[in-house]
Amino acid sequence: MNAAQVVKQGWQKVFGAGTGSDRPMPGDASHGTILYVEDISVSFDGFRALNKLTLYIDVGELRCIIGPNGAGKTTMMDVITGKTRPDSGSAWFGTTTDLLTLTEPEIAEAGIGRKFQKPTVFEHHSVLQNLALAAAGNKTLWHTLFKKLSPAQSARIDEVLVTVGLKDERNLRAGILSHGQKQWLEIGMLLMQDPRLLLVDEPVAGMTPQEVERTAELLLSLAGKHSVVVVEHDMEFVRSIARTVTVLHEGSVLAEGSMDAVQNDPKVIEVYLGEAQK
Amino acid sequence: MGPLLKNLVGERGTAVFLAIVVCIGVIVPVLHLVPEPGSALHLSGYTMTLIGKYMTYALLAVAVDLVWGYCGILSLGHAAFFALGGYAMGMYLMRQIGPRGVYGDPVLPDFMVFLNYKELPWFWHGFDMFWFAMLMVAVVPGVLAFVFGWFAFRSRVTGVYLSIITQALTYALMLAFFRNDMGFGGNNGMTDFKDILGAAINAPQTRVALFVASAVALILGYLACRYITLSRAGRVVQAIRDSESRTRFIGYRVESYKLWIFTFSAVLAGIAGALYVPQVGIINPSEFQPINSIEVVIWVAVGGRGMLYGAAAGALLVNYAKTYFTAALPEYWLYALGLLFIVVTLFLPRGVVGLIVKEKESARPPTSTPPTPTPHKPEAVPA
Repeated sequence: MNAAQVVKQGWQKVFGAGTGSDRPMPGDASHGTILYVEDISVSFDGFRALNKLTLYIDVGELRCIIGPNGAGKTTMMDVITGKTRPDSGSAWFGTTTDLLTLTEPEIAEAGIGRKFQKPTVFEHHSVLQNLALAAAGNKTLWHTLFKKLSPAQSARIDEVLVTVGLKDERNLRAGILSHGQKQWLEIGMLLMQDPRLLLVDEPVAGMTPQEVERTAELLLSLAGKHSVVVVEHDMEFVRSIARTVTVLHEGSVLAEGSMDAVQNDPKVIEVYLGEAQK
Repeated sequence: MGPLLKNLVGERGTAVFLAIVVCIGVIVPVLHLVPEPGSALHLSGYTMTLIGKYMTYALLAVAVDLVWGYCGILSLGHAAFFALGGYAMGMYLMRQIGPRGVYGDPVLPDFMVFLNYKELPWFWHGFDMFWFAMLMVAVVPGVLAFVFGWFAFRSRVTGVYLSIITQALTYALMLAFFRNDMGFGGNNGMTDFKDILGAAINAPQTRVALFVASAVALILGYLACRYITLSRAGRVVQAIRDSESRTRFIGYRVESYKLWIFTFSAVLAGIAGALYVPQVGIINPSEFQPINSIEVVIWVAVGGRGMLYGAAAGALLVNYAKTYFTAALPEYWLYALGLLFIVVTLFLPRGVVGLIVKEKESARPPTSTPPTPTPHKPEAVPA
């Protein structure tokens, strides 16, 4: 190794290395399953948020997760993205990546993107800059300080702008977009990271009917290329996009199947749909 | 003009700011050196040194704006880095006195003779060499900021808690430097400087050189900060300011960004302090007072947070007012400062400069004309 390489490696270390490029491809999903969540339990001060939750997501699948408040939907997302560490159980991304050993940025880098309930785009940055920030690639300070976006990244930004329908708004400040546009921008930011698995939390809350329709189209167009997990309260919306629905209740899976099967399940009617109809 | 240079100085506010600093940097020394003393055009050494001092303050304000205005780290301890840079320079200047001190010791500075030191403390070695002292001007504040930031940012200390521990940092340093047995001159600090690089420190030419050096440091420091804020890293830094956890989720190592921005800013503050000391002729522990760091933040807020030239302008403005007030109405200065801060916070969120400079990114939706691509967006995809 010559001196230049030593210096370069040193810099990479000092400036927070770990570009991920030299690691094996995370999330090996050759067995057809992208996410294995098994026997996960989480307690907060005695409250069991998740109780031996077991869930599998297939490659390219669009899965809707429903459940009453406090059923553990958000906690489940937190565990998958590394925000919350479970008390017991295991969570694997593909067959090779143990999510419980990774930090939040490492999980994002491995290919799991999460859209929060509240749109959290960077309001002072333009739409374009938001997407550029989210672009996959080397994210160390050294790199972002001295390197411009690669042509591939720029091309990907263009592509995503079209996908989420914000091509004409590219130079606008994200803060002035409508609520729906912000949600799409945020989904676009997830797509910039080329995630294998997308976690989408309440995408249509507060949207107009037109925006809801547009969002359904967007999510359906993403399934297949990505695995998508949607947590949503809006039953109409879930019905319009769902192929498989998982019902959570008190921290574990109550029922799983097609929307019709789930809706006719007596247990589900009792705890969830029943409550809603009261 | 190369694309990099064009990006750096292309924006109007920056161009105006740099032009003003260059003009001051040229005209003030000329007015000091050329006209005879007593003529109407002559600028006294006092005035020039005062402006030189303001320039070092401006550099300090730019450094604070980088961490506060762009990265959202409200540091209430930046005057400590400024003072540490100043002390490193002061140690060099003390060693330059040599045997000309009151006690005539060839090596030991006066205060050490007075305090019965038998030999030079280990940390004073090397400071007789200019290059070493200059290295320490950057290294000492940088290392302190790095170590401090390492613990603070990795423990995810943010917001008001971080501000409080930066205050504690500068307060602790003040108490330490007040102690005589620390070996930095105790509460008297260091003064009676004679030479810098072999030139008499009070000679007009030396003063001019220090003044020009301050102007150059301000310009270079400004350009460095501007480069950072315009780069992709700068956008990440602003994203951290606006939503730290979101930035972490996109996959940026937020701690690492904050740490290096903070460290770089501390180094700039140290350089400013090193230029300050030979011009005012003294450095003592009162520079570490917590109030000093708070004042710097007020400069930035008054000038315009998140605009580097706003910060610099704020430093000049507030300090000019301070010089005026403390001479004319000394008992009212702190009230005036407090009032100024309240007025700016309530009515001028973008500071005085924000009044003049219009909002860059218009809040209006695009009209029939397509938005013109701004020059400093290197990643703009060709349409």
